[in-house]
Amino acid sequence: MRSGGKGTLRKRVLWVMGLVALALVVAACAPHASQDTLKPQGPYAREIKSLFIPVLWVAAAVFLIVEGGIVWIIVKYRHRKGRDRMPAQTHGNTRLEIGWTIAPALVLAVVMVPTVATIWDLASKPPSNAINVTVTGRQWWWKFEYTDPDMKTAAGGQIVTANEMVIPTGRTVYLTVTADSDPGAHTTDGLPGFAVIHSFWVPELAGKQDAIPTRENHILMQADHPGIYHGQCAEFCGLSHGIMRVQVRAVTPQEFDAWVANQKLDALTPQPGTLAATGMQDFTGGQCIVCHAIAGIPNATADAGPNLTHFASRGCFAGCLLDNQNADDIRRWLEDPAAVKPGAKMPNYHLSPEQIDALVAYLMSLK
Amino acid sequence: MSSVSVPAEERPGLLRRPTAVTGLWSWFTTVDHKKIGILYGLTAFVFFLVGGLEALLIRSQLAQPNGKLLTAAQYDQVFTMHGLTMVFLFVMPMSAAFLNYMIPLMIGARDVAFPRLNAFSYWLFLFGGLFLYSSFFLGGAPNGGWFGYAPNSTTDPSPGMTFYALGLLLAGIASTAGAINLGVTVLNMRAPGMSFFRVPVFVWMGLVVQMLLAFSLPIITVALIELLFDRRFGTHFFDPAVGGDPLLWQHLFWLFGHPEVYILILPAFGIFSEVLPVFSRKPLFGYQFVVFSGISIGFIGFGVWAHHMFAVGLGPVANTAFGISTAIIAVPTGVKIFNWMATMHGGDLRFTTAMLFSVGGVMNFVIGGLSGVTHAIVPADYQQTDTYYIVAHFHYVLFGGAVLGIFSGLFYWWPKVFGRMLGEKLGKVQFWLMVIGLNLTFGPMHILGLQGMIRRTYTYPASLGLTFWNQVATVGSFTIAAGVLVFVVNAVSSLRGPKDAPADPWDGRTLEWMTSSPPPVHNFDEIPTVHALDEFWHRKYTEDKSGRPVPVQAGASEQPHPGGGGHEIHLPGPSYWPLVGALGLQLVGYGIIYGWWLAFVGAALLLVGVFGWALEPSAE
Amino acid sequence: MAQAAVEHHGGGSEHATSTGLPSTKLAMWLFLASDCLFFGALITSYVLYRGASVQGPFPRDVFDIPYTSVSSFVLLGSSLTMVLAVAAAQRRDLGRMRIWLLATAMLGMTFVGGQVYEFTRFYNEGLSLSKNLFGSTFFVLTGFHGAHVAIGILMLLSLVSFSYADKLPEDAGFPVEMIGLYWHFVDIVWIVIFTVVYLIPTGNPGK
Repeated sequence: MRSGGKGTLRKRVLWVMGLVALALVVAACAPHASQDTLKPQGPYAREIKSLFIPVLWVAAAVFLIVEGGIVWIIVKYRHRKGRDRMPAQTHGNTRLEIGWTIAPALVLAVVMVPTVATIWDLASKPPSNAINVTVTGRQWWWKFEYTDPDMKTAAGGQIVTANEMVIPTGRTVYLTVTADSDPGAHTTDGLPGFAVIHSFWVPELAGKQDAIPTRENHILMQADHPGIYHGQCAEFCGLSHGIMRVQVRAVTPQEFDAWVANQKLDALTPQPGTLAATGMQDFTGGQCIVCHAIAGIPNATADAGPNLTHFASRGCFAGCLLDNQNADDIRRWLEDPAAVKPGAKMPNYHLSPEQIDALVAYLMSLK
Repeated sequence: MSSVSVPAEERPGLLRRPTAVTGLWSWFTTVDHKKIGILYGLTAFVFFLVGGLEALLIRSQLAQPNGKLLTAAQYDQVFTMHGLTMVFLFVMPMSAAFLNYMIPLMIGARDVAFPRLNAFSYWLFLFGGLFLYSSFFLGGAPNGGWFGYAPNSTTDPSPGMTFYALGLLLAGIASTAGAINLGVTVLNMRAPGMSFFRVPVFVWMGLVVQMLLAFSLPIITVALIELLFDRRFGTHFFDPAVGGDPLLWQHLFWLFGHPEVYILILPAFGIFSEVLPVFSRKPLFGYQFVVFSGISIGFIGFGVWAHHMFAVGLGPVANTAFGISTAIIAVPTGVKIFNWMATMHGGDLRFTTAMLFSVGGVMNFVIGGLSGVTHAIVPADYQQTDTYYIVAHFHYVLFGGAVLGIFSGLFYWWPKVFGRMLGEKLGKVQFWLMVIGLNLTFGPMHILGLQGMIRRTYTYPASLGLTFWNQVATVGSFTIAAGVLVFVVNAVSSLRGPKDAPADPWDGRTLEWMTSSPPPVHNFDEIPTVHALDEFWHRKYTEDKSGRPVPVQAGASEQPHPGGGGHEIHLPGPSYWPLVGALGLQLVGYGIIYGWWLAFVGAALLLVGVFGWALEPSAE
Repeated sequence: MAQAAVEHHGGGSEHATSTGLPSTKLAMWLFLASDCLFFGALITSYVLYRGASVQGPFPRDVFDIPYTSVSSFVLLGSSLTMVLAVAAAQRRDLGRMRIWLLATAMLGMTFVGGQVYEFTRFYNEGLSLSKNLFGSTFFVLTGFHGAHVAIGILMLLSLVSFSYADKLPEDAGFPVEMIGLYWHFVDIVWIVIFTVVYLIPTGNPGK
């Protein structure tokens, strides 16, 4: 009967506490993680962390008190051989019990005060100089539309990009997060595109909000410093949910203005006779134009796939699995999209190697 | 039980009741709550092994970045079926097994209120589970998560989510019938003198669970019907293209789903509340507090569902309200933990395996409870929801709390059920393997979640720096599996051993220890009259002047007199109609997928079952 | 629940129960309470999508309030005959009991028949399950209610045939009372559905 002896017990306690301590330490300074919620890189993410950390300490204190208490009790009152002690039959103590009902209630009440304040703070309206971006979740990539009046393009629409969102540092970005509601709107032959729920999440810059068909949610986002911030869709959305990644590129205000100026332009037209020019012909004459828009090309206005106008100015594509600056990545994608991204809505058109070379050259010219 | 007055020789042969009470066939026709309890337990355990294998597949896939063991499509099926199996086919029916077997014994009844309905519940649960698993061979298993969020679940082209809707409907009907049956049993079949405040806490928690089931299952039933109709008959309940609201599913699902969490954990709380007093040799500290906290958890449990939906954009008002209600429900839960501590305080703690599992269960549940409180910190939840932090949280609750509670119950009641003890040495090996394994598996998941690892992902890139803790978690999962294996060995060798367990091996406090191990088919030769909470303890011990118990002198009180008597007791006879009816309902399920003719065959079989049931004579 | 209602009336009359209520009656009440939430969730779905359909037919295009009022009145009337059947059964007046049970079943069948006619007419006017949200929510809600009535009719007719086959228990009033409880519940639910679906005008049916 005597099993929970001192040795094993201590080991267990040390073990549990060690793990928790280790957890805290490692979580605080994990080496390579670039989606770390505990390494906020902007004021809105920082606000959440500075709410969470004190609560974590409160929880740790409660943990130590309760688990420590249990350990103390099981060590002190364990059955000892040769001592047949019949304990007093205590049935309860109302005053004590009311006490330990009220105590946690008080702790929780204290914790809830800053919580409620932060809920309302994060739900407040953005500052007047905020940049407005509508984020739309698709299976399985993100579309970004800069909706402010000064974000109109030469072609007449708004600046639209995909997979990588560019923002200036030090300025609030007000995201309107949504998803398509019409399942038929983005269908290519034989491959239905479904309207499903996604969740937009870039942990180092802000908390997540779900992207729901017919609904609009908002996220306040800001980055302190230039850099690439990684994120991904957090709500299960089908086959490629696990690899529906996204990145936010924060740049200085000057660089942002330059980026905006470039995004407003129509796509570059390749010099006649180059490989890229052949690629452009393949684009307009083939299946690409059915789904993809390129500003400046007549009839290339479809919205089913990502807008490719400034494809080569972006850092990633295909749900941020691949690199726009890497010809091999683009080639891989064109050869068989579903091999990169299971269930990809872009069909495999069985392009010839020559067509692929031409398209790669053309896409890489779309600065 | 039913009083049909037709003499036996006039009855048509079809309606003659089966009579065998031993042998293989008797298990198909039994209406004995004890046999049904064993069937529930065995079936649930098999599903536990299957769900565990799925967990190992998940952990193997995630042991390395860019895992290639499973494709995305396979992984989605495996994680969905892991969740469905563990929730609906293991923890719920395993609780049903304990409640089925123990409630009548603990309240001094001969059976449940409706023995044949009890059999029907079991068979329908079994057929519902088999129905779900048959989908693996019929075009693909459910792949939209146990939460089945629309519109992903309504539009996915594989048949999996249709099986999901129908399979859960079947299991839901089984659970509703079971809830009404067990609820009425507790309300109506208590032994003379057993007032509500003399009912053991395990039975109380069982009653709360049955009420939660009775009032939450109809809500998921409607959600599943709407999902089924969207998939099968072209309705638009969750179709945003024509004005449907995808959030309707989430509200209906979590209105069921959160009470469901308490459905899963309260039976374990009941087990802790039985085991801790027995092995502390003290009564439960603050019995009424524990009971009332259980009841209030049941009520508040219906008011916290939207804390699963903080990131869907309900607005700051709703998020504030549900944040606060979530914090509030932590209070009655905390009360229980303090009561359990006070129960052990000053006791004479004997660390049997059952006790170890209960103490370990409480200690690990505390971790899950504390991380649960952090979900009430709504803005923090914007970061943590849909990450492994949540996976860590609910596994500490459901594995640390519910599963350890279940194993505590298994070691505690095994001798009562099978008349044989489980090995204590192997039990302790299993305990340490499982506790170490669960902390290795689920502890690191807190870190992974905070580091940004999303849930339901079949892969992750090396660049995120998630590899090390994922590997630790995978090692942990195989450690748990080793623990489960040790239990299987223990169980098999126990069942092969001699039937030598005494009626009261633990110096128990409640009525089930008064009868023999295993109990006779009629449970008690004579229904005990109850004079106090912990009735059996009070028959064995009286208190001296200082309040310390001293054994009652032999002959001065009623002692257990196992076996022997009970020849005159009238028990309901076996019946095969529950099995027929349940089979009919399962065929209706297949019929809705494969064609109306099959559904009609199923419906006809169901009707045959119902009328056979209504018309069969009472036992001779 | 058909099973629950027909079996084990004995829980009440043979043994004393802890609450003093027969177990079957307690079970029936629990089942009906549970069923309340079932209809509650269905009605909620209907109300939530009131006026949300993007294309017709809309409720005001198809509803024939006088017609449905009559069939509702028929169903309400069946509650009266059900009460009379229970009273007769408790008096052990099996003849009258059969008459009133059959009358109740007939009224129920009239209601269901009316519903079938109504569904057919709506369908011919272009409203189907898949036409719009109104069609989805309306047919599923009223359809499941109709199924409840149909099951009730089946139980009533079973009672009648059991009584001819002399298969009713000694206190025939008990099973009749249990099925009566179910029947009244289904009637009350219809009053709620009729009020919410037919009588309360839809917000903006033409939207």
